[in-house]
Amino acid sequence: MALLPIDEGLIAEGRGLAKAIADDVQSFIARHTTVAVERTTLRFLGVDGVDRNGVPLVNIVVNALAARGMLSGGVARVLAVGKAARHLSVQETAQRIADGDAGPFDDAAKSNAPDAAQVREILEAEVASGLDRIHDAQKRRDENRARLGIGKEPLKYVIVATGNIYDDAKQGRSAAFAGADIVAVIRSTAQSLLDYVPVGATTEGFGGTWATQENFRIMRDALDDEGQKRGRYIHLTNYSSGLCMPEIAYLGAVERLDMLLNDAMYGILFRDINPRRTLIDQYISRLLCTVAGIVINTGEDNYLTTADAFDAAHTVMTSLLINEALAHRAAMPDAQMGLGHAYEIDPQIENSFLYEVAQAQLIRQVFPRAPIKWMPPTKHKTGDIFTSHVHDGLFNLTGVLTRQGIELLGMFSEAVHNPYLHDRFLSLKSASLIFNACAGLADEINWRPDGVVASRAREVMGKAVALLRLVASEGLFGAIAAGRFADVKRPIDKGKGADGVSPRATNYANPVLDALETVAGV
Amino acid sequence: MARPRESIKAYGDRLDDGAVQLSFTLPVAASPRARAAARLYAEQLGLEKVLVAHMEACGDGFSYFVVYGASRAAVDFDAIDVPVVETHDLSMEEVGDVVKRELGGKVVVVGACTGSDAHTVGIDAILNMKGYAGDYGLERYAGFEVHNLGAQIDNSELVRRALEVGAHAVLLSQVVTQRDCHKENAAAFMKELVATGRRGELLALFGGPRVDHALALALGFDAGFGTGTRPSEVANYIVGELRRRRGGKERP
Ligand code: B12
Repeated sequence: MALLPIDEGLIAEGRGLAKAIADDVQSFIARHTTVAVERTTLRFLGVDGVDRNGVPLVNIVVNALAARGMLSGGVARVLAVGKAARHLSVQETAQRIADGDAGPFDDAAKSNAPDAAQVREILEAEVASGLDRIHDAQKRRDENRARLGIGKEPLKYVIVATGNIYDDAKQGRSAAFAGADIVAVIRSTAQSLLDYVPVGATTEGFGGTWATQENFRIMRDALDDEGQKRGRYIHLTNYSSGLCMPEIAYLGAVERLDMLLNDAMYGILFRDINPRRTLIDQYISRLLCTVAGIVINTGEDNYLTTADAFDAAHTVMTSLLINEALAHRAAMPDAQMGLGHAYEIDPQIENSFLYEVAQAQLIRQVFPRAPIKWMPPTKHKTGDIFTSHVHDGLFNLTGVLTRQGIELLGMFSEAVHNPYLHDRFLSLKSASLIFNACAGLADEINWRPDGVVASRAREVMGKAVALLRLVASEGLFGAIAAGRFADVKRPIDKGKGADGVSPRATNYANPVLDALETVAGV
Repeated sequence: MARPRESIKAYGDRLDDGAVQLSFTLPVAASPRARAAARLYAEQLGLEKVLVAHMEACGDGFSYFVVYGASRAAVDFDAIDVPVVETHDLSMEEVGDVVKRELGGKVVVVGACTGSDAHTVGIDAILNMKGYAGDYGLERYAGFEVHNLGAQIDNSELVRRALEVGAHAVLLSQVVTQRDCHKENAAAFMKELVATGRRGELLALFGGPRVDHALALALGFDAGFGTGTRPSEVANYIVGELRRRRGGKERP
């Protein structure tokens, strides 16, 4: 594949700036915890189930902890004292708390309560079995992938979103039949703002299906079965975002999801979740993804649907470098970074295709080892499904030409409804046609150094680095508050879930975090 | 050229040939019987000279069809009456002038996309400075005071803010329409507004890709705006309607 002439020094400067930005955020993250981080800790340690009213035990325990002003010490100590002093399993301690027993909290608040090192020691077995659950899932996934084999890149990624998990399973199977490599289940509207993870198999969602552990399992089973029939491994994707970002990452890890939408800033910008909360939560969610071998998908495509895609192209590059730097802080290998971008320039602009090629090729080059997640035109789609299908064709051509890794296929009915069975079928058919017809195209191309594509790529990279300089000077929180991304302004102390953030006390104990950091190699 | 007859049919390449194309999936595997089923199905839809142009398996036990045919159906075009929002075509400067001369120099508008709907681009296109397709948004208009609350706002919050700032117009946007949730939510919004007893104090506009004027009227709004709406249409409607209600002249 021929490379566009891009100044390597500029790319290195961008990476350096992004690293400084991430380091600054990381020092903040390391001093804080959130209710979601603590709930994830409980799940990892083996707390499961709901109370009589269907409220997850992990929520009950963490809410009670927060109500006593003890969030800053972490939840693990409460389980540790339950175990050490009362010989209770972690599940029993959680159950007692749900039944109204305040004893474990009182014990954990005592001056002679175990310190962080002792908590780690007491809960060693629980931490080890949490890691085992994740490793076992990963092993099964690796075996399945090796046995069945994986499709050719760009991997064909489609969405199902019926609202009913059993229908999703059917649609996922049909998509696999028609050639899909990856099936993503879209979440119901508003789930990202729920501060708990719903439970059980669900059949009523709006614009998507609830993300629950049981739904993950149902979908995984269906795709395993279908993969077996098709002789091809079918990947499963869901969302680790919103107020339960790290809990979903844990559930995805143990239920063998392959990919999770996981962006450092998406929840802040597009769901008005508190910036502090999201950045802390993304760290532990990414640690889990690192350890579980889950490929993340970042959400820069959204900048291009919210702001103008031509003018805002460089904000994508800026954000990708920051997302990469933050993922590196969670020791994530490049091969797990499905860095996102999209084909969203107004197709009526002359040479719009060339600008898209420039952007796609640039991103491919700057992140050579990442399986770039490339997303289709949506915003300029209209009810004219026939033209829309051609528009998707240009997108597919760009994808194969610039060797994108994961291609979320466009739907000609994008502006109309959630896709019908045959919408997806036709989309897969045309992507396969183009990928096959142009399989060797990337190797045939040489870029004119002074051409439209190279010039555009240089311009975008230059602007991206200029923006990184600005963000570095403002700090990430300041830049987000100033509206540097997607034209959206989010002040550091506003937004949903802000009250779920707490500084860590000096005696903060979290053996799960410690173990994940050790295993990930942070 | 105006057509002499009131009854119209779909047009392929000859007047009144009734030519239509459609595509659909049947929940059976592709087979000669499935092809016959597709033809019968199309005939029951009212098509003649049915051509099943394409059949293909599109899932386990599902087949996809492309069908052509000629329909006998005809509609009486003259009998159709569709309410449309009446607006003038004043420029941004002219609208500003009217606001200054006739409307006390100030028009306050409050808008949001309410409920669980997180789409802001549509309401932003109407309200924000930048506007839509080269047409500036209301923020840019002299005399307009714009409060854009964004998305995922409670209906009650939009009602409260509109009354609090003494809005002349309140703008509701709804983009997600699955299972008609936009209609339900717009009706709920109107109920809240009416319950305050102050509905008469302000214009209520409803907009989104699946909204039209008739739907908005049916739900108790003053006007509805759909796909491709330009901010200048909205500015003209608001100013024209405020002026009309004040008994002002309707000339530009
Ligand atoms: C961009 C986009 C997004 C972005 C939104 C970014 C943002 N900041 O707004 C993101 C990626 C975040 C997003 C998320 C989702 N989206 Co979306 N999204 C779109 C997309 C691609 C374009 C919408 C758009 O911006 N159009 C451009 C604007 C300018 O047009 P408009 O909204 O129609 O507005 C114009 C007019 O309608 C009118 N207007 C609109 N409002 C008002 C109000 C007033 C008062 C007036 C006067 C006029 C007016 O004026 C505007 C200018 O002309 C559409 C598909 C499409 N091409 O339409 C899907 C689409 C709308 N999304 C859809 C869905 C389902 C979702 C999700 C619910 C998916 C999920 N389950 O998570 C989530 C939202 C979650 C939630 N809680 O709502 C579906 C809706 C299906 C349906 N019919 O119900 C669509 C149609 C895609 C699809 N085929 O599935 N989405």
